[in-house]
Amino acid sequence: MIDIIIHCTVALLLPPLLLGVITKTKAAFAGRIGAPLLQSYYDIFKLFRKGSVFSTTTTWVFRAGPLVTLAATVTAALLVPLGRHNAPLSFDGDMVLFAYLFGLGRFFTTAAALDTGSSFEGMGAAREVTFSCLAEPTLFIALITLARMSGSLRLSTILTYPSPGLWLATGASMLLLVAALFIILLAENCRIPFDDPTTHLELTMIHEVMVLDHSGPAFGVILYSAALKLLVLGAVFVNVALPVSTGDSLEDWGLFVVAMLALAVGIGVVESVMARLRLLRIPQLLVGATILSAFGMLLVLR
Amino acid sequence: MIAAAHSMYNGSSAPVSAIPELPLDRFLETIMDATGHGWRVIAYFGLPRGVATPLYCLLAEDAEGRLAAMRTVCEGDCLPSLTPACPQLHLFEREIAEQCGLAIEGHPWFKPVRFHRSWVPGRDAWQRPADDPLTVGVMEFFQVAGDEVHEVAVGPVHAGIIEPGHFRFQCHGEEVFHLEISLGFQHRGIERRLIGGPDLKTLRQMEVVAGDTTIGHALAHCMLMETLGQVKVPPRAQVLRGIALELERLANHTGDIGAIAGDTGYLPTASFCGRIRGDILNMTAVLCGSRFGRGVVTPGGTVFDLDAARCDDLLKRLQAVRRDLTDAVELMRSTPSVMARLEGTGTVSREVALELGLVGPAARASGLKRDVRVDHPFGIYRMTHLPLATGFHGDVCARAAVRWQEAEKSLDFVEEQLQQIPTGGHRTDSCPLAANQLAVALTEGWRGEVCHVVLTDDQGRFVRYKIVDPSFHNWQGLAMALRGQQISDFPLCNKSFNLSYCGSDL
Repeated sequence: MIDIIIHCTVALLLPPLLLGVITKTKAAFAGRIGAPLLQSYYDIFKLFRKGSVFSTTTTWVFRAGPLVTLAATVTAALLVPLGRHNAPLSFDGDMVLFAYLFGLGRFFTTAAALDTGSSFEGMGAAREVTFSCLAEPTLFIALITLARMSGSLRLSTILTYPSPGLWLATGASMLLLVAALFIILLAENCRIPFDDPTTHLELTMIHEVMVLDHSGPAFGVILYSAALKLLVLGAVFVNVALPVSTGDSLEDWGLFVVAMLALAVGIGVVESVMARLRLLRIPQLLVGATILSAFGMLLVLR
Repeated sequence: MIAAAHSMYNGSSAPVSAIPELPLDRFLETIMDATGHGWRVIAYFGLPRGVATPLYCLLAEDAEGRLAAMRTVCEGDCLPSLTPACPQLHLFEREIAEQCGLAIEGHPWFKPVRFHRSWVPGRDAWQRPADDPLTVGVMEFFQVAGDEVHEVAVGPVHAGIIEPGHFRFQCHGEEVFHLEISLGFQHRGIERRLIGGPDLKTLRQMEVVAGDTTIGHALAHCMLMETLGQVKVPPRAQVLRGIALELERLANHTGDIGAIAGDTGYLPTASFCGRIRGDILNMTAVLCGSRFGRGVVTPGGTVFDLDAARCDDLLKRLQAVRRDLTDAVELMRSTPSVMARLEGTGTVSREVALELGLVGPAARASGLKRDVRVDHPFGIYRMTHLPLATGFHGDVCARAAVRWQEAEKSLDFVEEQLQQIPTGGHRTDSCPLAANQLAVALTEGWRGEVCHVVLTDDQGRFVRYKIVDPSFHNWQGLAMALRGQQISDFPLCNKSFNLSYCGSDL
């Protein structure tokens, strides 16, 4: 019971902080003080207090976009185990639901973008679906590999199964999976080198350009969903990359939060030391990630 | 053929009567012949005057530093177009049409440039009715048709804090087939206001032709005033002007390098350069009290002198800037992901650059050896030789590299000049302007060649004042750089050119 409460609290409160940590890390690399750590919370609260503007050319699809995305992401957050704790919701085969909840959210985000009829948003939607259909197999192969190792189709079992012992036994396979998952984490969350979350240039954006027409609370929901998605996929990564348990539940929660913050710092470092890829090169990196995860699976199946 | 024109040099004037008035066909033939022999057009304009329109053309030849001027009179409402054979005249002809109300016969893309009424009442090159509101940017754009072809319109309101301009892309998926740029949103009617000048406002107006090229434009204007007034500029003022011009170049090149890094998503260099640019602007403020160089130059010299204490202060600041800027640029150049992003993006070949008559760093990055400081030296550059920085590939990487090399040269120049400022006065009193003259002045602003031409009447007042900002030559270069590129690379290409909207809109 306590675990479920902590799970919900962490999922509700931690995500915007991760964005703040990434921004701070990037600012440190650039020699700046940077925005406050809690800036993302301020932004979201500010947006919730504002009114919304809806274009007269849009339909209910445009309004449904942010809500469906939020609902899908929150459900995914309830399915994924955070750290060494079982998720509040779990059943056999929930890994398929987990993967396709993101698909559902993406479908509605792109549909809302297309609904505006703007050429920018159309371009963004086209880019988003092109790249995500290349990213999806990687996540799936990684989950299948872990399912095969743990012998379960239940996400809570799959993601709490990795342990230091497993790393010693199948280190090569785990390393490939971690690399592939990290690439997918960056791609799915629109981080550099795939997308530049700080740019203001519509023509270069992927995710940001799709949500240009949203405003007020709807945009706040989008920002929060994006941060939550970072937490959810980050949790998958942390569970595989750092499968240590202290034995004490509360200490494990602490460990998980620290690991997530460290991951945010890591993302900040990646964003500081490299430029964005040319749009043409993105598929190559995504296919590369798929190949990594496929090799990881081969090593387990042999 | 060019022998038919009157030979001049940078910063000189000649009586209008000495400029040969050729018959129209011979005038056009001379332009064609000269541009075929390595000359390029630096200014081509008309005097909007009712029935018969006098036209002036100034050409430059860079190898020997020669300028040539000639004129003609165009009777009637039509002027034959040279653009199909000589694309560098493309915008000049459209501008003549718009200002003088002459229809340009055979122009391949005959449209207004700035969307204002002709200066000759009742005469319009497009026969637009008098009650037509002439909304800027409302016109037929070039269109590509076919499956999967789509059109993307950007601007005039942009996401960043930049000037207004409209960009119309014809795309096939992510690939750009064609880009058309429509400007005119910043048109303030500067050239028209200057008729009957100069007055007390004139120098202030010159400083804001393009706000980031304050010194480049003000200097060109002062050179005109000095040659018309027979004023000799003291050597100390020449050095101070050179320092100011190079500081302006340094500040803008630094800002551009940072902006290019920022557009690739590489924030460290972007942040460092933003800060360093501020330091350089502050150095200009030490010189004159304004970070953007307002009130540095005045006809006859400079407004302020530089005492020894401030000179030492500048030298100290310069060293810090050199150290920081070198680090910031090296950081970017040693990051493979940034260089991979810049190389091969937005290429303008040498041939295209030559045909379009590009100037400044954009031309030099494509391998053209064009620099007013070297080819048509003025002021301090007559005494000090600056090495020419050129690239080969004509891509974003080359334009960034040329900027960095020029910034290095400017650092050397400013440091050298600060250590050897000649003694003496810094200002000579100005004199009344000579009557019935044509004067021309070229300076190398940070974007490239700034050209000012003036014609005076029999009282020494301006009959016509023509300003050609480097952006006027270079906008078409940006459109060509995008051909066959990814539309997502447009912001990067745009940054690498960083052209002025208001300088082009006047």
